[in-house]
Amino acid sequence: MTGYNFAYLDEQTKRMIRRAILKAVAIPGHQIPFGSREMPLPYGWGTGGIQLTAAVLGPDDGLKVIDQGADDTTNAVSIRRFFARTAGVTTTTHTADATIIQTRHRIPELKLTDKQIIVYQVPQPEPLSKLESSRAETRRMHGLAEYGLMHVRLYEDITRFGHVSISYDYPVMVGGRYLMSPSPIPAFDNPKMHMMPALQLFGAGREQRIYAIPPYTTVESLDFDDHPFRTTRAPHACGLCGAADSYLDEVVTDDRGGRLYVCSDTDHCETRRTAGHTGTESPPVDAPAEQAA
Amino acid sequence: MSVSLPGFADPVLSAQSSFRAILDAMSRPGTVHTAGHGLTPPAPLGQAAAACLLTLVDAETTLCLDDALETTRDWIGFHCAAPRSPAATAGFLMCHELPDLAALDAGSDDAPQDGATVVLQVASLCAGQRLTLSGPGLPSPATVAINGLPADFAERWAANHALFPRGVDLILCAGDALLALPRTVRITHAHKEA
Repeated sequence: MTGYNFAYLDEQTKRMIRRAILKAVAIPGHQIPFGSREMPLPYGWGTGGIQLTAAVLGPDDGLKVIDQGADDTTNAVSIRRFFARTAGVTTTTHTADATIIQTRHRIPELKLTDKQIIVYQVPQPEPLSKLESSRAETRRMHGLAEYGLMHVRLYEDITRFGHVSISYDYPVMVGGRYLMSPSPIPAFDNPKMHMMPALQLFGAGREQRIYAIPPYTTVESLDFDDHPFRTTRAPHACGLCGAADSYLDEVVTDDRGGRLYVCSDTDHCETRRTAGHTGTESPPVDAPAEQAA
Repeated sequence: MSVSLPGFADPVLSAQSSFRAILDAMSRPGTVHTAGHGLTPPAPLGQAAAACLLTLVDAETTLCLDDALETTRDWIGFHCAAPRSPAATAGFLMCHELPDLAALDAGSDDAPQDGATVVLQVASLCAGQRLTLSGPGLPSPATVAINGLPADFAERWAANHALFPRGVDLILCAGDALLALPRTVRITHAHKEA
């Protein structure tokens, strides 16, 4: 594409973002302010993630973009096409083939490797935002590692419901020091962040914050000794590939209460189906060869 | 004043590949990466150190050069345009010998990201003083051998590490090789081998 720099952003902006990324890696879980630019899509559509990807991306990278686990949703398709046009990079939907994975609200089911970087799109980087509205105050709380308020919030959930009722954006402690929002990934994905071999970068465009988790860093979901953190998933197997351990989407199929549970990670589901796995809702195998036999 | 020596041949893609080398080095402390291949910086500036400056330093940052690098001032000034600053307040320091880390800007509790980044040229990243590293980025403790650090480096680093989340971060360069020591890393002397 002519008229734009490689990967859209100008070099001055990339340097500013790159400096912020390096400090974010050096201080795991700490939010670094940065001069978020206006991008050719509105805030809330992944501008933070796009700016991180643009600052990191090179011509040899393979880029995968997912939105809620799916490669084929509007947000994922348009961001993938954006970088294919502005940077000419190879794009892929296969998790194993990607070197950079930009994601909205999921971590792929396939275990990531130390050759990969995962970039999260973050709407609200401040985990304390619903408990303390002043950013000056939350900055101070992070500075002092004063996170009692969040424990009280979890405790109140337990007294009211018998369990912690946070199902996504479940707060984590990074490296035993910083309370961090994992972005609105399901709590199901939280354990994947712990000691992950891949570098994890987080970008919030509207809120103008960058943070990171280096590879092999401890990430603990907040809990209590007598109420340990638990992940939940719909108690079904994927209707298409039969996976009993993946995170599922519930799809309404008719107006008579019909439901279909399918893997939220479309690449994971496709890979399994290609390998021959089937679920209860798999289309019947019409094999002429068998009929002939 | 003459600045006859060029910077990156391809300012966009060379900066990108250099950044990825630095990012990898910072994410996985102790691993050695290459940057600045093909650069011709003025002596005594090495290729990796020059690549770090061209990639990270610009008019929005402050830079402190130590005396041994004074001859490279014009080249750095022309290509990076960073305002000069005393060591105590500089965002970046380009050094030929390890500065007093305790005298540098370590940031504040609320804004630890203001801590300085020190780019230090050493003689070698594959032979010399053996140090054992552990911490985020390392699945298990790793040993590096560096020639060009003071004998009491581990003790001096411990004082910097103890400030966490405040502190300074170090990028060590030798020729076109670099490795990084973020403030999170714990360093001990490796046991002497026979």
